[in-house]
Amino acid sequence: MPIFALYDINNCYASAEKLFSPKLKDRPVVVLSSNDGCVVARSAEAKALKVPMGIPWFKMLDLARQHGIVALSSNYELYGDLSNRVVSVLRQFTPHLEVYSIDESFLSLDGFSHLDLEDYGRAIREQVLQWVGLPGCVGIGLSKTQAKLANFLAKKGLAGSDGVCNLLSMPSSLLDDLLGRIEVAEVWGVGRKIDAQLQSMGITTVKDLRDADPSMIRQRFSVVLERTVRELNGVSCLELEEFAPDKKQIMVSRSFGQYAYSFSELSDAVATYTSRAAEKLRSQDSMATALLVFIETNYFRQDEPQYHNSFRLTFPEATSDTRELVQYALEALRRIYRRGYGFKKCGVMLTEIRPKEAVQASLFSPAPGESRSDKIMSLMDDINGKWGRGAIRVAAVSAEHPWAMRRERKSPNYTTRWDELPVVLAK
Amino acid sequence: MSGMDDLKGFGLKILVIHTAFKLTMPRPSPGPADLPDGLLTARPVPPALPLPFDTVKVSAGFPSPAADYEEKTLDINEYLIRNPVSTFFFPVQGESMQGAEIFDGDVLVVDRSIKARHGHIVVAFVNGERLVKRLHHRNGRVALLAENPIYKPLEIHEGLELTVWGVVIGKFKRFAV
Repeated sequence: MPIFALYDINNCYASAEKLFSPKLKDRPVVVLSSNDGCVVARSAEAKALKVPMGIPWFKMLDLARQHGIVALSSNYELYGDLSNRVVSVLRQFTPHLEVYSIDESFLSLDGFSHLDLEDYGRAIREQVLQWVGLPGCVGIGLSKTQAKLANFLAKKGLAGSDGVCNLLSMPSSLLDDLLGRIEVAEVWGVGRKIDAQLQSMGITTVKDLRDADPSMIRQRFSVVLERTVRELNGVSCLELEEFAPDKKQIMVSRSFGQYAYSFSELSDAVATYTSRAAEKLRSQDSMATALLVFIETNYFRQDEPQYHNSFRLTFPEATSDTRELVQYALEALRRIYRRGYGFKKCGVMLTEIRPKEAVQASLFSPAPGESRSDKIMSLMDDINGKWGRGAIRVAAVSAEHPWAMRRERKSPNYTTRWDELPVVLAK
Repeated sequence: MSGMDDLKGFGLKILVIHTAFKLTMPRPSPGPADLPDGLLTARPVPPALPLPFDTVKVSAGFPSPAADYEEKTLDINEYLIRNPVSTFFFPVQGESMQGAEIFDGDVLVVDRSIKARHGHIVVAFVNGERLVKRLHHRNGRVALLAENPIYKPLEIHEGLELTVWGVVIGKFKRFAV
């Protein structure tokens, strides 16, 4: 009988910021999305002030002043490092683990049922808290969906204790009562659209969905939601994905810190994103046969002239060579660029990706793996790995990016840069 | 138990790692293929700059007489760091810990996995500041002591919140040459 646990860091980004900054103790903290746009994370204090998720920062300036709310730019370097450390701690508690997101991991507890699983969950929490300094919750169930639900119950303090909730040991009457009071939208995999449809059918709580007829759900919705119903009933249908499958598409896109008007500014951005995408492509030993470039003006400023367009281009041959990919991307950009608009965002997507070994060589090209291009690219990746991204680049990418992401309120990279380590006072 | 037999093949090393972390984890008789996952965690990050290992050139002629005496190379990480996952670095500013051989500009190695006790040098958060002090915890008195007669002890009274962040287990420094 499989047993799953879901470990989830509480208020991950805000907790990471508080870990190194004693001045943030007990203060409401929010973390903003790229370009310091919207709130993407809130500390417990900020949640208590009812700061909504996703609110644009400029709309909450008054509230922030009134309550002394601290806003910070996303520090992905810091969150990434701490997240890796958390996963390392979690791996000590299970031989099988799936990193689900930056702050969530599924742990397989198969064969651990002779233990007191609550105690085990508490041990996991305490170990992460002590070693890495981040608080978290543990949910335990017979399926991933149950584990996710248990984690929700623990986090909200609705069930379990000390941030640990184990559905396996909960009396069924208590569980029924609890699930009858939780909205169906909280179930993993129930999005807004499905929620609305379920509501119209009278399925409003988690309990309603759990007790729904799976074959009816399959007919009305999909196999996916049918699986969710089975999972809610403790029948595990979703396995642990220990190794992330190679990506079929690679997308790099970002909003600009300031408008880009000229072709040269845009081509600089497109070349930069393409280089990054090409690096990712090579890191999974794949090649692409097509790419798509898109550009957009600022949708939120309808008073300004609007234009958005994209162009897809298929190559004569699969490639992972940055130089070729950048040429193709710039060609695509040339087809869609229009003068006179302030562009806010652009992106590059590599598609039709296949593993290198599976790519058929054309009659006139050398076999993959031994070409000159491969050698140059692996040299380029080595150099950039050692000296920092962009140390060596194709000429279309400039060294300075006026359009680069704005992160004016970013905390130091406390754990990943020698010149930004947190100072302690000997006084 | 077949799981234990599998473990034996890996020798002493595995057992040492387990006791070092005081693992309460059971061993649900994993297959041999499962073992590396659970064990690699002790050192998830390989040393960035291992000293060159294979310095003895292979030649077709006379074998090197040194070959039998090769030992592993020295790794500064291994010397300074016990538990990479819980280890963080903090540069020092100030003179109050000179008696403990901690000087301005030193970089402290701080390990969170060690439970702080009386007498440990610790990084602590008090009053919105990050401090390095010696922890005093005896007979109901909690204080942060300096190691320099000019600096007074910081008594932790009620109402003053102390967070012991981690225990200092070493330090390092580079000289401008």
